[in-house]
This record gives sequence, C-alpha cells and structure tokens, in this order.
Amino acid sequence: MNPENYIILSAVLFTIGALGVLVRRNAIIVFMSVELMLNAANLAFVAFARMNGNLDGQTVAFFVMVVAAAEVVVGLAIIVTIFRTRRSASIDEPNLLKY
Amino acid sequence: MPAEGVFSLIWLLIAMPLAGATVLLVGGRRTNAWGPYLGILTVSASAVLGWIMLVAMMGNSPEERTFDQTLFSWVSVGDFQADMAFQLDQLSMVFVLLITTVGGLIHIYSLGYMSHDRDRRKFFGFLNLFVGAMLILVLANNYLLLYVGWEGVGLASYLLIGFWQYKPSAAAAAKKAFVINRVGDVGLSLAIMLMFITFGSIGFQDVFGAAGEASDGTLNAIGLLLLLAAAGKSAQFPLQAWLLDAMEGPTPVSALIHAATMVTAGVYLIARSNAIFNLAEIAALTVVIVGVVTMFMGAIIGSAKDDIKKSLAGSTMSQIGYMVTAVGLGPVGYVFGIFHLLTHGVFKAGLFLGAGSVMHGMNDNVNMRRYGAIRTVMFITFITFAAGWLSIMGIPPFSGFWSKDEIIHAAFEQNTLTGILLIIGAGITGFYMTRMFIMTFLGKARWEDDVHPHESPKVMTIPLIILAIGSVFLGMALLFWGNIETWLEPVVGYESKEAPISTGVAIALGLLAVGIGVLIAYLQYQRKPIPVEAPHGSWLTRAAREELYGNQVNNALVVTPTLVAAKAATAVDAKGIDGLVNGSAAFVGALSGRLRRYQTGFARSYALSMVGGAVLVVLALILVGAS
Repeated sequence: MNPENYIILSAVLFTIGALGVLVRRNAIIVFMSVELMLNAANLAFVAFARMNGNLDGQTVAFFVMVVAAAEVVVGLAIIVTIFRTRRSASIDEPNLLKY
Repeated sequence: MPAEGVFSLIWLLIAMPLAGATVLLVGGRRTNAWGPYLGILTVSASAVLGWIMLVAMMGNSPEERTFDQTLFSWVSVGDFQADMAFQLDQLSMVFVLLITTVGGLIHIYSLGYMSHDRDRRKFFGFLNLFVGAMLILVLANNYLLLYVGWEGVGLASYLLIGFWQYKPSAAAAAKKAFVINRVGDVGLSLAIMLMFITFGSIGFQDVFGAAGEASDGTLNAIGLLLLLAAAGKSAQFPLQAWLLDAMEGPTPVSALIHAATMVTAGVYLIARSNAIFNLAEIAALTVVIVGVVTMFMGAIIGSAKDDIKKSLAGSTMSQIGYMVTAVGLGPVGYVFGIFHLLTHGVFKAGLFLGAGSVMHGMNDNVNMRRYGAIRTVMFITFITFAAGWLSIMGIPPFSGFWSKDEIIHAAFEQNTLTGILLIIGAGITGFYMTRMFIMTFLGKARWEDDVHPHESPKVMTIPLIILAIGSVFLGMALLFWGNIETWLEPVVGYESKEAPISTGVAIALGLLAVGIGVLIAYLQYQRKPIPVEAPHGSWLTRAAREELYGNQVNNALVVTPTLVAAKAATAVDAKGIDGLVNGSAAFVGALSGRLRRYQTGFARSYALSMVGGAVLVVLALILVGAS
C-alpha cells in the first residue's frame, strides 16, 4: 500500500482536529479535537518511519502517546473543575483573564 | 643624619597639639572647663621642646644639623614609596619655633579674647589642630606628607574662618577660602604627580638630588605648579581674593593663620623647593612677577580699607608679596625671604592682636573712622602697636627694617627694576600703616555713643608686649647674633652678587620712600579731620575699596561661566537625557496599552492566532524550501 495515502489521511485528520479546536465551544469536544491532532501527527510519524525504514518515528509516536495521556489527566481535571464552579463546559465563558 | 637624643622626639612636636585637638574635639562639653588650658599647654610644650632642639642643633656643626626620623612606611605601592617620615633642618627649625612660639602666645591671648564665647573649647581644639597640621607641613620629608599638612591647615583655616558660622558672611568667607585654596591644592597635587613621573620619587632628597637631570620644560612645569599652590595658600595674585574675606574669623585666627604662619606656607614651599626653582628660570621669573604684583595690590587695598582688619589683611598680602619676590630671586633671596617671614610673623601677629585688643574695647567695631584717640585709653596696646607699626614700615633699628632692606638689596643684586618697585612698595607701606595708626590711636575720638573703651586684661596685653619686644629686637638678633644667612645657607643656598647701588644708598632710598608715605598720610589724616562717613574718593580709592575688583573678575571669569555651564548641563539633563529616557518609557507604555487590547480572554481567538502563526511558518518554510 502506498504510504502517501497515510500522509493524506493524517493531513485530513489534523485539519479536522484544528477546525474542531477553532469552531467548537464545548471544552470536551475541543479537547477531543486536540487529541485528534496529536494522533494525526502520530500517524504521520509512523508512516514516515515505515517509508524511511527506521524506528525513529515510531519511538516519537510512543512519546507523544505518553505525553498525551498525561495531558488528558491534567486537561480533564481542569475541565471538570471549571464545570463544577460555572455549571458550563463552554470555553468562551471563562474570560476573566483579559486586559 | 638619624635623629638621636632630643631629636628623637621630633614626632612629639606634632603629636602634642594633635592630641590636644583630639581630646578637645572628641571630648565635647566635658572638657569645657579645662579645655582651653590644655590647648595652651600642648602648644607651649611643643614650643619648649622646639627651643631645646634649637639649642641642641646649634651645638652641632652646620653639616650635621639635618635630622631624619622615619616613623613607619605609610604608602608603599610598586615603585611609589611614601613614609611617615620627618626631617628637621635649619629651615624647619625656624618654622617650628615661629609656629609654636607665636602660636603659643596667640593661644594665651585667645584665653582673654574668647573668654565670653560659648564655644571657646572648640576654638582651642581647632587652633591645636592647626598648629599640628602646620608642623606636619614644615617637618615632612616628602611632598606627600607635606600635602597632608597643607590640606590640614586648609581645613583648620576653613573651620576657624567660619567659627562664627551663624553669621552668613563668615560661613560664606570660609567657603570662599576653601574653594580658592582648592585651586592651589590642585597645583600642588599635579606638581607631586609630575615629580613622581619625572624622578620616580617624592622624597625631598631624591627630588632635589635628581633635579639637574630633568629637562627645562619639566622643571618649569613643576615650578609653575608649585607657584600655583603657593599662590593659593599665600593669597598671591591671582588667587588673592579669599584673604580679605577671611577676616570674618576671630582676630586671633587672623593673627595666627592669616598673618603669621599658614599664609606663609607658600613661601616655605618655594624656599624648600629651591633646587627646582634654581634651574627653572621661567618659573622663578613668574614667582618674582607674582610677588611684585601682589605686593602692590595688597598695599593699594590696604591704603583704602576703613576696616582695620581688612587693611591689615591687605598689608599681609603685600608683605607676603615681598617674601615671594625674595624667594623668586634665587639664591640671593631665599634666606631673606625666610628672614622677612620670621620678622613679619612676629610683628604682624602683634599688629593683629593689637587690632583685636582695640576691637575688644570698642564693642567689636572694626571701622577705623569710628576709632581715634585710643592712645588715651589703651596705653599698652598703643605702645605695642607702635612697635609693630615702626617695624613693618622698616624704620631702623626695628625688625622689619633689617629683613625688608635685605630683600630690597637682594632685588637690586638680581634686577634693578624689581628693586625700584620694592622701594615704591615700601613707600606705600609707610602710607597705609601710618594712616591706620593715626586713624586708630591719634587724632580726636570719633567713637560711637555707647562705646567705653578700656585696656584689655593682662592675659591679652602680655602676649602683645612679648610680640612687641620681638618686633623691636628679632631682626637684629637674627641678623647679628643668629647669622641667619649662614644658618639657612646649607638648606636653601646663599650667594651674594655685586649690586648696582651700595647698601647705604638702598637703605637711604627705602627710608626716603617710607618718609614720603608717612608724610602724605600725616598731611591727609593728622592735619585734616577724618570724616565719619567715607568720602567718595578718587577712582583708585574706590577701586581699592572694592579690592581692585578681584571678586568681580573672579565672578566674571569663573563663577558666572561655571553657573551658566551648570544651568546648561541641568537643562540638557532635564530636557535631553531625561526626555530620551522618559520618552522611550512613555512610548513603550503607549504601545503596550494598544497591544494589550488583543488579550481578550476569548480562548478560541488565541487558538486562531496560534494556528495562523503556524500556517505562516509552514508557508515560509515551503517558500524557502522551494527556492
């Protein structure tokens, strides 16, 4: 199978994720979009590793997964806390930190 | 030779007055009761020790009269060596005696003069400090230690001129003296640096021994810088303006510091550096010119002032002009410059203390137009002042006659014009001193209504009597019994040249000039009544009352340009530099004020700008990669 297809898929997933981050208001959805972008990047890494015939890209993909797991823990904790205090998961509403 | 026997106590000469000053100034009010007596005791003890040293020194042969004492190494940096070391030779010896003896008498006099002053303990502390610093100045064996004494006497002078600092005029006079002296001090410090560069040492013996090896230009530069220092300390033209204002200080201070000792330090400096001035012809000629100019300026100012102390201050300037001229003449004059310094130190101290005694009886009024007929109430002051008067005019056989005549004769040996000018100066001296004497002691009383003059207490008159005896006999004693030429010759050198006129003619001319001066003064002030208000006077009188516009010249040449420059610098600082700094801060502040509007708190717009930025970076990379 042609590795280029994987790269194209990765680009498509990344774009969907980026658009999701920009246009969605629900913090959970935004969070999921971020995960989508990370995994699009992972897919690209693995595809390139396959194309180049070494394991560097695969190693980085594992790193990204570990970091993403940690990030999920912190991020979800923040979202839950915000939801508890403001009764809302919209990311437009917490806007106290401004000029 | 190393100091042994009584000479191992050279340090004690200096240590006693300094210890006195320390106790009195640190001890504070606790020492009020006995402080003045301690001050007198320390200086008197130094005087006694000095006289013992003189006797011991006279027992040695002339080659063995220089004693060195090194206390400790003071500054030692690389090649630069300066020791806390003293050198007592014939020149230092006569200065030590002048300082401690006249100083001691003035201390005793001050006991009476300052008896009503609340701060007299402090006054004696400052006087002790002065005596100690002056002794350091004359006993140092290197220029750096001399500089310490030089600054020390400047400090003491400042403190004592401003002793009544609650009077704004006294505070201003003290500052003026300090600032003008600073100009001279710069000259001395530059001279010391130049000596170190040239000779690699600042010790007297090293410098004088190597003076012949230096180039003419360097020697003249050192000589002119030393002259600048001397002009500052000795109130010589063009740094003369401070001395007349310095009369704001108490009269004993004027007598000790601004007549007898400190103001003659410049003469000492030049005489001490004779090895340099002998080789530096331009510098020596400049010394003579400065001396003659100051001699005339002082005499003219002294002729017009109605303030008895300022008139005496003009006279001091003029007499120091004589000494400076003498030491500028070279080996024919050094010894006579010092000779005149000694006799002048005694008779001028007597005159100042006499003036102080008169002021004491006249409610501290200094205006001679309000004096007159004081001989009737203050007989001892009258007689002692008369001795000083005759001495300063150079009437034989009084002290001033011998020293002044020798200077005039030495001037003729070197340069006829200088001799003629000095004789004219002697005539003006006769005029202003007779004027002062008549206005104060003779004629009719012109006292203010509530004045009841009385003779001063014994504690003041006894020093006056001793100084008057000195005014009469010191000249003869030094010349005939002390052989001042042979005494000083090993230190400063002495040679006699053929003069165009004989000694007798010089004396006759000098006395003729003085006689004319006295006659004019007699006709003008004794035969005519003296108005209580000063008359308008000729242009010369008015100029002399204004101190020959010295202050105006200083203001125009130095003070005003400095003030203008300072104001300009302030303006540049406030508008230019502060403007730049404050302006850039304001610019950044305004820019930040605009930029912070983009911090909206709207998380998705931040995300958009991040994505936009990332896209831009990627586009740039693609463009760069493509080309």
